[in-house]
Amino acid sequence: MLAHRGPDGTGFHIDNGVGLAHARLSIIDLAGGQQPMCNEDSTLWITFNGEIFNYVELREELISKGHRFATRSDTEVILHLYEEKGEDCVENLNGQWAFAIWDNQRRRLFLSRDRLGVRPLFYTQAKNTFVFGSEIKAIFACAGISREIDFNGLDEVFTYWCTIPPTTLFRNIHELPPGHSMTVEAAGVVVRQYWDCQFETTSKVDDPSQQQARADELLELLINATQVRLRSDVPVGAYLSGGLDSTFTTALVQKFTNVRLRTFSVAFDDPEFDESFFQREAVRFLDTDHQEIRCSKNQIGEVFPEVIWHSEKPVLRTAPAPMYLLSRLVRNSGYKVVVTGEGSDEVLGGYDIFKETKIRRFWESQPDSQVRPILLRHLYPYLQNVQNQPDAYRKAFFHINVDRQQRPFFSHIPRWQLTAKLKTFFSDATRAEIAVDSGFSKVRDRLPQRYSSWDSFCQAQYLEAKYLLPGYILSSQGDRMAMAHSVEGRFPFLDHRVVEFASRLPVSLKMKVLNEKYLLKRCAAGLIPPSVAKRQKQPYRAPEACSFLQPAAHDYMRELLSPEQIRRDGVFDVSAVAMLLEKFRKGAVMGIKDNMGLVGVVSTQLLLHQFINHFEGRMTSYAA
Amino acid sequence: MPLNDELRRFVTDNFMFGKVGNGFADGDSFLERGIIDSTGVMELVAFLEEQYGIKLHDEDLIPDNLDSINGLARFVESRLQPN
Repeated sequence: MLAHRGPDGTGFHIDNGVGLAHARLSIIDLAGGQQPMCNEDSTLWITFNGEIFNYVELREELISKGHRFATRSDTEVILHLYEEKGEDCVENLNGQWAFAIWDNQRRRLFLSRDRLGVRPLFYTQAKNTFVFGSEIKAIFACAGISREIDFNGLDEVFTYWCTIPPTTLFRNIHELPPGHSMTVEAAGVVVRQYWDCQFETTSKVDDPSQQQARADELLELLINATQVRLRSDVPVGAYLSGGLDSTFTTALVQKFTNVRLRTFSVAFDDPEFDESFFQREAVRFLDTDHQEIRCSKNQIGEVFPEVIWHSEKPVLRTAPAPMYLLSRLVRNSGYKVVVTGEGSDEVLGGYDIFKETKIRRFWESQPDSQVRPILLRHLYPYLQNVQNQPDAYRKAFFHINVDRQQRPFFSHIPRWQLTAKLKTFFSDATRAEIAVDSGFSKVRDRLPQRYSSWDSFCQAQYLEAKYLLPGYILSSQGDRMAMAHSVEGRFPFLDHRVVEFASRLPVSLKMKVLNEKYLLKRCAAGLIPPSVAKRQKQPYRAPEACSFLQPAAHDYMRELLSPEQIRRDGVFDVSAVAMLLEKFRKGAVMGIKDNMGLVGVVSTQLLLHQFINHFEGRMTSYAA
Repeated sequence: MPLNDELRRFVTDNFMFGKVGNGFADGDSFLERGIIDSTGVMELVAFLEEQYGIKLHDEDLIPDNLDSINGLARFVESRLQPN
């Protein structure tokens, strides 16, 4: 079931009631890195997905302490570090990981997931059995595990755009949250957080004389974060979107290493989404070997069922689909590792939601001002629907009337409230399964103690980095789309040293008034083409629900969105879905909510079809 | 169909997908009731222009005209009146 994640070899270790399995994507120590792997006396066994980028330094340290290595792999470094430090070993790792170590002597399983949630890890407990895997489908392949929708998970996607771990879309299937480890033994299961994003309590005022020093420090960190991410025994490529972040990471590889990069990008037929002009500018400036894939609405419609098979949760945007096509191009070009610019917006302050937060705070400080809300016009310049609206309506949407209970989420209230309206499409039966949670208590209960003392800009950063980043960007749009074609993504901006450095920066260096990623732009000056440096930020987007009206989507749309099927599945309201479809077919003006609604309904129906109603069929196709 | 009913039909079908819940009165604010969000207002404009053959200018796009069934009806009627 996980052959796509690891087509280069499989391994098993069975030991008195415990079984570890591994599908290998060989990247480091091609000959010696087979898994599951054990230590010298076979008391510890590990199965590991990911990379430890500082394994070279850790290996030297461990050798100096008397550890003997049988391989050159990063996997073995984890084993020896565990011998040395026990469960605290994770604090020394710089990387992206999901691993399990079976400690034979203590009869204890130790599992861990990286700080930001690059690599996935799911588990379930059924009677006296504990089952875990990188993807939920591997858990479902085990006998005796039931497959049922968890309506709370569905509710979370239709509020936050992602699930809130440990909840998933499936009842009794749990996700180990990023930055957490867990132990499983006869005495029970213990989950422990070992890392979290933390910000400075007071909002520091920037000292202009320190700006250059801070820019130099950030650049140095990013150069090193990129260099260690090129450690590989196979060639490394890069995604190049034409934006600041991936152009910058590509520039770091080209200018500070000896690697000549192959770069890959997506271009769109629709000029509203296409960034190929800037991609070509970057390719010319950085002199990379470049390949692009041109993506049409029809292709998005065509691959969407596979996208949902891999994402294992509904999505509200089609943007993962082009990433699926892009990873296929990478794999077909003979590459299995890519460096990308993901994480920069969360860490260094790039998203429009941060700008939105700043403007709304600015307005809130003088709520009767007629002039201050005019700044709202600067938001989302690439979204026609938002730009076309009259000021009175803009003010109503980006409102500042946030009650005390919702106060911690000032930044995200407009987005979450808009998204929650999609629950109009839920059936009465689905609504009955969901607890009313207008105070967003699922998120509030998990906020760190010092959260309320942070600047609202940092609070918004925390919410993005904690939930949307691992729950959508790095998973549905990241790992799962890349691994669908056995491609591993690496993210210099998500090196924990970069994240921790950025969290200590004054807000004004992340967004100077309304100039986003201010310090990063300063670092990047001269290293990237001026046209890319100066361009207005355009987040990666793809043609949305219109993709489902294309010929390639006709068959599954007809089958899965028919009134009969909607009624049989019972998740959505038959007539509400019919009206939404009718609205699309008529070609009426479509709002953001309608687009998200249709993508959400289609992806949920595809999920039900593939994981609940016809899972055995999909399993058989894998076996074949 | 009376004008108010016609407008109500469009609003419930198009923005509420037929799910009217506790219903809403002709004087209720769409924004306050969460019926029409800011991105939906252009759909309303497109409907008014298409259905009644009237032209809306930027200065017409204010809540007084567009934020309730009564407001919409008043606005449409005023535009349909021969000068």
